[in-house]
Amino acid sequence: MRTSTSGRVGQYAALLAYLVFLAFPFLWLVSTAFKSPRELGSLHPTWIPRDPTLDNFRQAFDEQPLLRAAGNSLLAALAAAVIAVLIATPLAYVMARHRTRLAKAATGWVVVSQAFPLVLVIIPLFLVLKNLRLINSLTGLVMVYVVWALPFALWMLVGYVRAVPTELEEAAAVDGAGRLRTLVSVTAPLLAPGIVATALFAFITAWNEFFFALVLLKTADKQTLPVVLTHFIGAEGVADLGPLAAAAFLATLPSLVIFAIIQRRITGGMLTGAVKS
Amino acid sequence: MRARWFAGVLLLLLAGCTGTGTSGDGRITLRFQSLAWQEESVAANQELVKEWNATHPGVKVEYVQGSWDSVHDQLLTSFEGGEAPDIIHDASDDLADFAYGGYLADLGDLLPERLKSDIPQRSWRTATFGDGVYGVPFLQEPRVLVANAKWLKESGVRVPTPEHPWSWAEFRRITRQLSGDGKYGVAWPLKEPVSATLNLSLSAGGQLFHRGADGKVTIRFEKADETVPRTVHDQANTDHSASPTTLGSGGSDTLPGFFGGRYAMVPLGFSYRQQIAQQAPKGFAWQVLPAPAGADGLTQGVSPQTLSVAEDCPHKKEAAAFIDFLLRPKNMVRLALGDWMLPTGTEALKDPALHTTKDGWATGTALASRLSPAPAQSVRGYPEWKDKVATPAFQEYYSGAIGLAELRERLERDGNLVLARYQR
Repeated sequence: MRTSTSGRVGQYAALLAYLVFLAFPFLWLVSTAFKSPRELGSLHPTWIPRDPTLDNFRQAFDEQPLLRAAGNSLLAALAAAVIAVLIATPLAYVMARHRTRLAKAATGWVVVSQAFPLVLVIIPLFLVLKNLRLINSLTGLVMVYVVWALPFALWMLVGYVRAVPTELEEAAAVDGAGRLRTLVSVTAPLLAPGIVATALFAFITAWNEFFFALVLLKTADKQTLPVVLTHFIGAEGVADLGPLAAAAFLATLPSLVIFAIIQRRITGGMLTGAVKS
Repeated sequence: MRARWFAGVLLLLLAGCTGTGTSGDGRITLRFQSLAWQEESVAANQELVKEWNATHPGVKVEYVQGSWDSVHDQLLTSFEGGEAPDIIHDASDDLADFAYGGYLADLGDLLPERLKSDIPQRSWRTATFGDGVYGVPFLQEPRVLVANAKWLKESGVRVPTPEHPWSWAEFRRITRQLSGDGKYGVAWPLKEPVSATLNLSLSAGGQLFHRGADGKVTIRFEKADETVPRTVHDQANTDHSASPTTLGSGGSDTLPGFFGGRYAMVPLGFSYRQQIAQQAPKGFAWQVLPAPAGADGLTQGVSPQTLSVAEDCPHKKEAAAFIDFLLRPKNMVRLALGDWMLPTGTEALKDPALHTTKDGWATGTALASRLSPAPAQSVRGYPEWKDKVATPAFQEYYSGAIGLAELRERLERDGNLVLARYQR
């Protein structure tokens, strides 16, 4: 089963190529954010700006209400992530532990719901929210984000619940723990990485979401960051490239920071040592 | 304790999400969605809204920032949901579906005589659909040649003016003369080849879309329609005087090569001058030249920016009054300067700021009288024809993959099939 040296070199080369593929757009974005308009028009672009400038950041903040938009995005994304996880966790537990026909049907519906394109749901959704007087309201947007994130969150969490050995719950029961005590003291801690990963997914989905926010939010004081970023783009796709790159770079930071903080919890896993080997 | 803290945070989040209520002062409030995006343009729009609000206490206008990038989808859903802005900034080539769909108010009886007579009839035609006028065309831009002034001067070629423009044949000859050693006389940015080709073809008398007595439109690619596409094709594939790599690029993508001395000229929209002025290296001399002329002189097609009123707006008269205020000659000039475009208003066009030679304003202003409605912008089915038939056909022709005969066949045969579906 040992991989040959050439095979390993190939694996690392493929990994490196993949990393370059992923990192290139981001590094280009960072580089562009610190370049002057003249340097952006240079025929021989460089990775490191020749005369780094913060003017693009100043201009971006002067031209558009980025802080307010970031606050709206943060609010909507946090609320969506928290609510989606609160709803999805108990549902996922039931679907994973009780394999009834209803659970199977629910799983099927979750998969099918992923197939609906945005454009198909946006007008009915708009009309529903209008009747509820939730157009141009972050509450309405949060509701949409929760509904949109829920199927995939549920699907993710069902997998995490199934990964928790039922033997552990049975052992707790044998030791005299009731159902609630077992859930709180045994299952929930083991499920924590999954819940965090799911919340992260819901947060990032909502943070980056553009189309619903564009359609549902009407006034500048409610608009989220992805919508405000498009204000740097003019007719026929002409972009105010420097400020756009600066604002887009800032918009990616929260996702990067949050992911950096919790990635160890996700990848490390908490099942280690749960069962004696 | 932890659960209580968590619930508190959640409640706070949701409380922060709640939308604001409407004001109860009884004043009329109109929402004006602007697509202004450049710093000066946004400032000009916001200042004008501020001035209106200061002088019209009974009618408050709220400035709503829209985006060119997504305006069609956003407006469509807003119209369907009855939540559209009252005053809508868009472009005339985007209005047809909204006008025919009954989403926009007919402005014919709402606008004052001053504004109606200030804007020429040819501009009004861009926003007229059927018997109604569904937008006020107020800013427009011709396609011009932005040239490396030093290169042109050193080559000794005749520099064209609006009074004595190049012919298409002369333009081809001159680009050949300017090319060589890896340098090109021209770089055509033809990422969107259809509108550029059709708009410039008007100069040679090309119409392409022909409306019959029964009102139905058919496509005929005639001799006059060949002039512009054949010139571009031959420059790129026969003379090698046009860069083959920019044929699929946007206008901004050609600028580094232009500044770097690789291309002598770049055909661009008039408003690109803002980007050029900002990005050109110090000491780089550039100038604006008129696009080549054909049998019909310097005529070219444009799709002006427009201001419309939503059919659902309960205060159409007030909305029209705001549009009239926004488009008073002095205000129209402010908007034009902010967007680096030309105003449609004849009074505004007289403003000295638009006749300065700096940044090529005078050349563009001299072309204003030759700007006509873009061909086919009111033809139903045009967007589908453009995306499915014309764009790939023109791209293949310009790259040399197909010849003129096949281009003609595809534009006519496939195109008429598409249009027929919309005209049953």
